[in-house]
Amino acid sequence: MTTHLRLPLPKPLQDIIHPPPTPGVLGVFSYLDTTVDAIKKLRAAGHTDFTVYSPVPRHEIEDALGQAVSPVRMFTLIGGIAGCAIGAWLTLWMSYDWPIVVGGKPVGSVPPYVVIMFEMTILFGALSTILGILFNAAFAARRLGTVQYDERFTNDRFGIFVPTVSDKASPVEKLLRDAGAEEVRRG
Amino acid sequence: MAETTQAPPPPSRLTYDYVTRTIARTLGNPTRGYFLLLGAAVGLLALGIITLLFLIRYGLGLAGYSHPVYWAVFITCFVFWVGIAHSGTLISAILFLFRSGWRTAVYRTAEAMTVFAVMTAGLFPLIHIGRQWYFYWLIPYPNERGLWPNFKSPLIWDEFAIGTYFTVSTVFLIMGLIPDIAAVRDLATGWRKKLYAITALGWTGANEQWRHYTRGYLYLAALATPLVLSVHSVVSWDFAMAIVPGWHATLFAPYFVAGAIYSGCGMVITLLTPIRKLFQLEEVITVHHFENLAKLCLLTGSIVSFSYLTENFVAWFSGNPAERAAFWYRAFGPYWWASWTMNICNGLLPWLLWSKRVRTNITALFVISIFVNIGMWFERYVIIVVSLAGEPYTTWTNAVYNPTWADWGIMAGSFGWFFMWFLLFVKNFPAVAISEVKEVLAAPMRQKARAGVQHT
Repeated sequence: MTTHLRLPLPKPLQDIIHPPPTPGVLGVFSYLDTTVDAIKKLRAAGHTDFTVYSPVPRHEIEDALGQAVSPVRMFTLIGGIAGCAIGAWLTLWMSYDWPIVVGGKPVGSVPPYVVIMFEMTILFGALSTILGILFNAAFAARRLGTVQYDERFTNDRFGIFVPTVSDKASPVEKLLRDAGAEEVRRG
Repeated sequence: MAETTQAPPPPSRLTYDYVTRTIARTLGNPTRGYFLLLGAAVGLLALGIITLLFLIRYGLGLAGYSHPVYWAVFITCFVFWVGIAHSGTLISAILFLFRSGWRTAVYRTAEAMTVFAVMTAGLFPLIHIGRQWYFYWLIPYPNERGLWPNFKSPLIWDEFAIGTYFTVSTVFLIMGLIPDIAAVRDLATGWRKKLYAITALGWTGANEQWRHYTRGYLYLAALATPLVLSVHSVVSWDFAMAIVPGWHATLFAPYFVAGAIYSGCGMVITLLTPIRKLFQLEEVITVHHFENLAKLCLLTGSIVSFSYLTENFVAWFSGNPAERAAFWYRAFGPYWWASWTMNICNGLLPWLLWSKRVRTNITALFVISIFVNIGMWFERYVIIVVSLAGEPYTTWTNAVYNPTWADWGIMAGSFGWFFMWFLLFVKNFPAVAISEVKEVLAAPMRQKARAGVQHT
């Protein structure tokens, strides 16, 4: 479709690392309330797959988008439980593998092992949370393709990118402009 | 006086753009002063490395160890640096969960301090074991003798606690940095642009990214909170699980955690004062932030003082002669100067912070913070060295303990190592959280009447 300036990679990697640019309309906003307004209008017009850029996370945007709760929490939960189990296995199995019997007390005594189980819960919970964020935000989001971006979005501007084919772009452009976009461009 | 030092509402020029540019400016070309500081840090580190080489060649006998003081300056420094680390996580995680807006301006510095302090602390057990090349014996790995670590030992708990703490605080710091690196990436030019383009991991601030990021950040904070409380508790159990009088106390976990946060807040003030000045961040890091840090110092310092009183009272009230002798030795024995340095710096000094005039005077706070650090170092010295030196069970074999040049050389090296990493960090990555500072500003609104509440 488009000319690949970069070295072409094997098939699955090419789509993940250099996805083809998605055609659409990008609106740049200076104000939070106009951005929220545009989101509401877009949703009312039946758009669902647009991307909203903002320099800070804002609940207003989240609420306007009506997003589901992030699945990262399942990563945290499963990682934490797995860490706790690994901590228990590590301490108990290793104790019985080389028993040190002190004063006839139990070889695998749980109270001191709680410390290890606790630390492993935190360690695995935290690392799987990171994996969850990376998987969901970096990797899975790439399937959307290359969407337009502007360098001001990490500074002080908000942005909305609406993927659309060129013959349907003008109503979207008008909608963004009416909502208060200071700049609208087609890509 | 008091009116002028009230936290002012953020001036109107504190906009999103102003915040990004002010903080991105700190990453410009370093000044001469910066290179002098960095050179001093590297010089100290070189001193530490040379001392370590001597220790490896001639053995730990070069340090001041003498029976029964076999845990000495190295372990003191270990606990000192772990303690320093704690306030970083307090500010970045616990205050995040409490939705405390003022943390945003100072938390990145505190969090970086945490990571580098734990990195520093982690070196000391290795130096202390003498034969660093056997460090892997601490790790549970399958070996030909079928041996495993003794998980009933607090030292193994400590290894797991410190390892987890280092890993989690590092990923927490990196996670927080991603949106800010993206912000400076979009302003930077040249080689820095390339560096930030790679380290920002493709961050664009898209809603799909923020959705997972904010949720994940919340869970990381929620995991880091019990972690930070556990880590210094576990460090305190290194001592409390032993029967040495002066160590064997159930009070130790909360006492150590409070002391850690007290010393850490002191160190945050020590580090922020020059950074604010050098990088001209007066409008982002205000007197209000320093005052809040001072209040944290006051709170935790009071808990520490209360713990001192409790410890001494319980030693007397227990009627245990060994316990009583240990605390008498601590206060009036040959190390009285260490104990009284600790009592004055940690027990009396925080009382100055009741005064608003002191809390809002940055020079005064800087001086106090240095004494807080000195006091907290001596607290660990008193607990570790003096308790061992005065242990009443085998007094007939007790020698006199004095640290040597090797102890001080390693300690100086640890300060060099810490400050070297810290200085490299603040010049290469945003030392103030750009996106989080913006979060507590009022969002830009076309309809001014709907502008959000401002709170710093």
